[in-house]
Amino acid sequence: MDAILLQILNGLDKGSAYALIALGLTLIFGTLGVVNFAHGALFMIGAFCAVVMQRLLNLSYEVVDPTRTDFLGNPLKVQMPYVESWFGTEFGGGLIEWSVPLSILLAIPVMVGLGFAMERGLIKHFYKRPHADQILVTFGLAIVLQEIIKYFFGANPIPTTSPDLFSGSFDFGVLLGFDPNTIIYPYWRMVYFLFALIIIGGVFSFLQFTTFGMVVRAGMADRETVGLLGINIDRRFTIMFGLAAAVAGLAGVMYAPILSPNYHMGMDFLVLSFVVVVVGGMGSLPGAVLAGFLLGILQSFASMNEVKSIIPGIDQVIIYLIAIIILLTRPRGLMGRKGVMED
Amino acid sequence: MLGLSAKDTRFLLIVVFLTLATPFLLQPFPETSSLAQFNAGYPDLMQKFAIFGIFAIGFNILFGLTGYLSFGHAAFLGVGSYTVVWMYKLLGYNVLPGLVLAIIISALFALVIGFISLRRSGIYFSILTLAFAQMSYNLAYSVLTPITNGETGLQVYLNDPQILMGENSPTSPHLFGIVMRDSTQIQMGDWLFTMNNGYYFCAVIAIIAFYISLRIFRSPFGMMLRAIKTNQTRMNYTGLNSRPYTLAAFVISGMYAGLAGGLLAAMDPLAGAERMQWTASGEVVLMTILGGAGTLMGPVLGAGFIKYCENIFSKINDGVLHGWFAFMPDGIEDLIVAMIHPFVGKGWHLTLGILFMLVVIFLPGGLVEGGQRVARLFRRNKKAGPGDKDPEHHPKQAPHVAE
Repeated sequence: MDAILLQILNGLDKGSAYALIALGLTLIFGTLGVVNFAHGALFMIGAFCAVVMQRLLNLSYEVVDPTRTDFLGNPLKVQMPYVESWFGTEFGGGLIEWSVPLSILLAIPVMVGLGFAMERGLIKHFYKRPHADQILVTFGLAIVLQEIIKYFFGANPIPTTSPDLFSGSFDFGVLLGFDPNTIIYPYWRMVYFLFALIIIGGVFSFLQFTTFGMVVRAGMADRETVGLLGINIDRRFTIMFGLAAAVAGLAGVMYAPILSPNYHMGMDFLVLSFVVVVVGGMGSLPGAVLAGFLLGILQSFASMNEVKSIIPGIDQVIIYLIAIIILLTRPRGLMGRKGVMED
Repeated sequence: MLGLSAKDTRFLLIVVFLTLATPFLLQPFPETSSLAQFNAGYPDLMQKFAIFGIFAIGFNILFGLTGYLSFGHAAFLGVGSYTVVWMYKLLGYNVLPGLVLAIIISALFALVIGFISLRRSGIYFSILTLAFAQMSYNLAYSVLTPITNGETGLQVYLNDPQILMGENSPTSPHLFGIVMRDSTQIQMGDWLFTMNNGYYFCAVIAIIAFYISLRIFRSPFGMMLRAIKTNQTRMNYTGLNSRPYTLAAFVISGMYAGLAGGLLAAMDPLAGAERMQWTASGEVVLMTILGGAGTLMGPVLGAGFIKYCENIFSKINDGVLHGWFAFMPDGIEDLIVAMIHPFVGKGWHLTLGILFMLVVIFLPGGLVEGGQRVARLFRRNKKAGPGDKDPEHHPKQAPHVAE
């Protein structure tokens, strides 16, 4: 029982990342009808926003520390971050420590801007082109974004740290009446899961409860009619693209402490997220979220030693296997609507 | 000749000539000149031209003719490589049994994957093939280690059985005694030409592969595949089941990929799982699109172009750049070098990505279409152009209905 619970918890954080990326993919697909292969790159750029923020806050100058000397007896020079000298050690140090959550503030404008630029500059010209062309051009864009990041940040993963407050682990077992140390779950992963829930809830309520969201939903159902009613649906869809980019970016920012950002992390997540979208059903937002969590949890179940001893290697292929089964038995995915991407 | 029209025969003969003369044509600069680094006439690179040419020709039979975009063709490449290396281990270093078996096994693989994937079309087909390829890649890395030797990659060890190995058999890949890595060098003045056995072996196979693809393009079967690309729904309404045709195209292109993978291992007796990764599948898509999907020569041109640029661009470093721009004032020289720096050397993939985007955006027909546009521009200057003579070499933006 405790082992099962542990695997469910382990699957949650990966599932949250899948769900968030798949949500953005589905938003873009549902509104603009574009298959965006560069979405993984947006996730990766989000993660690098955290890296940039960490570096910005750690910008420092040298000061001579009069109280300490080096081994030759000269006064020791220490690095003094600017923020610490401006805001004092306590507040400035706190800022540095909380760099990952703070980078959300950086990531939102960056990602929304990037999303607008992508849609207006490139993807706009591909609405009338076949899906294969859309896949190819966004695939090319993903390569370019990835290589730009590689040029500036190098090919090695860059560790980013979560705030000290969340660095420990939480003993779930005690809470639920199991033995101590049976179900241990890092705080940051819990934070990530809650964060993902908030974002998902935010996106859904934005679409469900605001006028803007209502118009967007109407546009997703019947773009032409909404346009005939005198609503500039294209502009709203552009904004939705920015929103989807921001969701992917935020997923990346908060994922940075779990997986040190490297330039190809986007591609790794993208392939899986596509599978998630297909399993959930093209164009279905709840389907994407459901499938994201489902596949995340199934993946962590498959990596249990008990399961692996029965079917070796299942942890590597479970997601693809499920996708193949789903596509062949329920071609529209778990919650796909009729008429979306039908042949 | 060979069941081709006079025009196609001429076309084929030109291709044969170009392929066989490659070691000379790609060596235009003397060894002593500073431009020698642009020479491409060394065996390793020429073999890649031929091998990836075969890979792209095969991919084109599927994507160019039927419009089904497969993102998992690298799986067949990997299967071919593994098969050939296993034949080395079991039988001996003769490449022939391995290559034949590589084609058969990749055909079986393609049959299974194609049978399942082709139930869906468009983006679903792309994702299904991608899923299969990633699955094979992950399996090759983990569970199938006894067969694939995991991360180390499969290679021949001294204690392998190699039952057909005689006393005097060569200890590297060979074809009945002709050792692949041996070359004949011809020195003519400052020029040095290398004629490599392996390259000529690949070249002959590439010519045969090209001939087969030419025949497929001109056959009723090829017409059927084009009809599927143009309007599959209408095909179905006429009461025709298109799936056997697409499956046949998928299997044929899988066999080409397996052959290419086998040849990779025939040139260098190694096989690794990274050959199956989806970036490798992406590469063949790039080659085909860059050259011109649906044209006969396009994929080969694309493969050659990408492999050539990969080799040459990644060799250029800051020192070379400074050498080129040395005639400029220092400040401007540094500025230009700094501007070019991100695009060469390790940054070659950035150039590739940008190039690829530009081609998809402005030139959906690829390099072949670009060449035709330029040619038409010149012709129009002389007199009003006679229009498209051969529809085959003037790819119009085809309606992709199989999306």
